[in-house]
Amino acid sequence: MWTFFHKLASPKYFYDISGRLLPWFGAATLLLMLAGLYQGLLVAPADYQQGESYRIMFIHVPAAWMSMFVYMVMAGAGIIGLVWKIKLADVVAASCAPLGASFTFLALVTGSLWGKPMWGAWWVWDARLTSELILLFLYLGYIALQSAIDDTRTAARASTVLALVGVVNIPIIHYSVVWWNTLHQGATVTKMGAPSIATSMLIPLLLMALAFKVYFFTVVLLRARNEVLKRESGSGWVKDVLMH
Amino acid sequence: MTFSEFLNMGGYAFYVWTSYALAGVILLANLLLPMLNARKQRRELVGKLRREGRA
Repeated sequence: MWTFFHKLASPKYFYDISGRLLPWFGAATLLLMLAGLYQGLLVAPADYQQGESYRIMFIHVPAAWMSMFVYMVMAGAGIIGLVWKIKLADVVAASCAPLGASFTFLALVTGSLWGKPMWGAWWVWDARLTSELILLFLYLGYIALQSAIDDTRTAARASTVLALVGVVNIPIIHYSVVWWNTLHQGATVTKMGAPSIATSMLIPLLLMALAFKVYFFTVVLLRARNEVLKRESGSGWVKDVLMH
Repeated sequence: MTFSEFLNMGGYAFYVWTSYALAGVILLANLLLPMLNARKQRRELVGKLRREGRA
């Protein structure tokens, strides 16, 4: 098990195995996405309160989940890079940031597009919305810090510290609908007991959530491969890869 | 349900389709940019290696 992790952490091995995994990840993303869209747009019935507008949920909720998941992956990889000095972990952490920012942005805008017809407002300074906006700023700060420092080691260290400070925001986002009296609705899936959502709506939601997750792994691998090649461009294996 | 009813989304067409279109654009851009970047970077690195080989 440990030897496997050590092997995986070697840039050359990572480059080989990720190249072989990528087509499968891409295919899985496409299939899950198509199944989710079909179920969400054509099979699931209209909501008895919100009519057809609730279909925004199939984008909004997976994007919001991913915004938090990607942050935890980014911070986790950052810690691994910081503590065990694994260069590949720094690469993964850096590759997460633009994706996390994209998911956060998507969650905020689709939330706004859902809020306007349902709440009558594009934006309210509610705890859930505000903490999610702070998450976007954390990602943007992380990206800015990464690009401002040329030395990759220093950049990784500085941005990981920022990411770790920001981790406190994740439980705040998650529990904001419980701790504060928010306009945003409470959790319906990730709560104790059975989810309070009809199965016909839960299926497309979970399919889309899974599609977003596999999509994330696909793109993070793509980004990490580019970054590994760039950072290791002086070593022999990169020359072998490039010249074949 | 007819096709125009489907497009109309019960009167919420603008909100629903803008959400899905934006998701499509953002996800596609995030996928294509690193793919294009990989090609560009490969060309640059190969060029650099060739120059070093000649020198």
